[in-house]
Amino acid sequence: MSFADLALPEQAVLILAALVLFTSFALLAQTRIVSSINVFAWQGALVAAATALVAFVYAQHHLYFSALMTFALKALLIPTMLHRLVVRLKITREIETVVNPALVLLGAAGLVVFSYYVALPVERLSTLATRNTIAVSMAVVLLGMLMMVARHQAVTQVVGFMSMENGLFFAAVVSTHGMPLVVELGIAFDVLVASVLFGVFFFQIRESFESLDVDRLNRLAEREESGGDEAS
Amino acid sequence: MADQLILEWLLALLQTLLFAAGAPLFAGWVKRLKCGLQNRRGPSLLQPYRDLWKLMRKQVVLAEEASPLFRAAPYVVFAATALAASTIPLIAVHLPTGAIADVIVLVGFLGLARFFMALAAMDVGTAFGGMGASREMTVSSLAEPAMLMAIFTLTMTAHSTNLSHAMDQLIADGLVLRPSFMFALMGLLLVALAECGRIPVDNPATHLELTMIHEAMLLEYSGRHLALMEWAAQLKLAIYAVLIANIFIPWGVATRLTPDYLAMGLLAIVAKLALLGMALALAETVLAKMRLFRVPAFLNLAFLLALLGMLSHVILEVGA
Repeated sequence: MSFADLALPEQAVLILAALVLFTSFALLAQTRIVSSINVFAWQGALVAAATALVAFVYAQHHLYFSALMTFALKALLIPTMLHRLVVRLKITREIETVVNPALVLLGAAGLVVFSYYVALPVERLSTLATRNTIAVSMAVVLLGMLMMVARHQAVTQVVGFMSMENGLFFAAVVSTHGMPLVVELGIAFDVLVASVLFGVFFFQIRESFESLDVDRLNRLAEREESGGDEAS
Repeated sequence: MADQLILEWLLALLQTLLFAAGAPLFAGWVKRLKCGLQNRRGPSLLQPYRDLWKLMRKQVVLAEEASPLFRAAPYVVFAATALAASTIPLIAVHLPTGAIADVIVLVGFLGLARFFMALAAMDVGTAFGGMGASREMTVSSLAEPAMLMAIFTLTMTAHSTNLSHAMDQLIADGLVLRPSFMFALMGLLLVALAECGRIPVDNPATHLELTMIHEAMLLEYSGRHLALMEWAAQLKLAIYAVLIANIFIPWGVATRLTPDYLAMGLLAIVAKLALLGMALALAETVLAKMRLFRVPAFLNLAFLLALLGMLSHVILEVGA
């Protein structure tokens, strides 16, 4: 069966999947903190739209609820909370320097190829038309992880973490038409609580280190202080 | 049989002539729309023709140091661009010029034109010529891989690097929402902006010395040489526009060589180009020209989009 034989709504699901992958790349390339939060909100909205479309195409009505919850949480609530945090931390204008951005993007493309090869045997077991998107959702997870590795600002690392969760949720939707509602509710709640906790942690980190650069966490506090004294 | 062959070659020739004759009109259309969007009164649609005609009649002023290469370059550039135009199905597929050349030849022709343009720019030895040539080569060496990648995405879907065959296949498939085409379209649009020297990369309407790329290479030309160079630039813009319009919206291109199909093909391409011209004028009004050092990042994005197109073809479309 070739791609052209799929029904148009099914093709639209795959288009949305590709767009979700694109937003992951956009997150990696985006150096402004505020813009990366916006891109993250778009990713949430796209995942929600894809979920709603899957619900429509395969008549899985419980997925409408998941889509609604994803939209409310990932596209509206968490981005708003992150925005307010950024305003309160006074880092709205901050631009993060990424070491060698082109290399990170090439590595990201490599990760996509890797997840394609890993997902191949899984896809053979499935008969769903959306099975090809398993590789995409896995790539979204890996790209979120890459974002956490490549960035050293705490806020963008949290965005990367949340986008990993997007990828996991997307994988559940496209490979098995969603998890049981109890599990989904639990995860949604976890993510919400996590984002609140991260907010508290940001202030703690900044109070102790006067910066949100997590590279400074590598050093011990006492040596950091003595080092600072010597420098001054 | 022989009659059929002659007819086909005649049509191919006519199509190429139409391409070359219509290119200034497209440039004029974009310019007029842009003026309208910026609350200025635009020149007439025929102004590019008048400019070309004026330049054609003017005396050629040559630098003393100019070598024969400098004088030959406009003809080579225009001929290579016109040949590139002849390989693209404008109103009909399955013409003999389309059958003997594929996309890689097309990119090669454009590369040849660019090579001679850069050589001629350096020939007289003025500072601006060399600067323009080096900038043009920087931009194009980054843009060409992205373009080839986008085009390979298309050819992998159509199983042929021949544009005629590919378009025929796409028309036969009907409306298919391909993720790979979406990315290839975005990548190709960015490449087209960079390669044709349009606004975020280069401004075709300015001679401000610090920013110009394409104009810097033409500074030493005058008279009919300049006319040919300008015409080639307009033709190049039209080539990219037709390429994008006919690959991603292939409907309307004549699949049979009968008068009604051909008329339909002509109408379709005029409508598509009018729309694409509007999009280009709008983009040029909204965007600001970026610094030269930001251009590699812009083209990196184009390459990334084209690469994503290729990846999404392999992941999402093969074996769906």
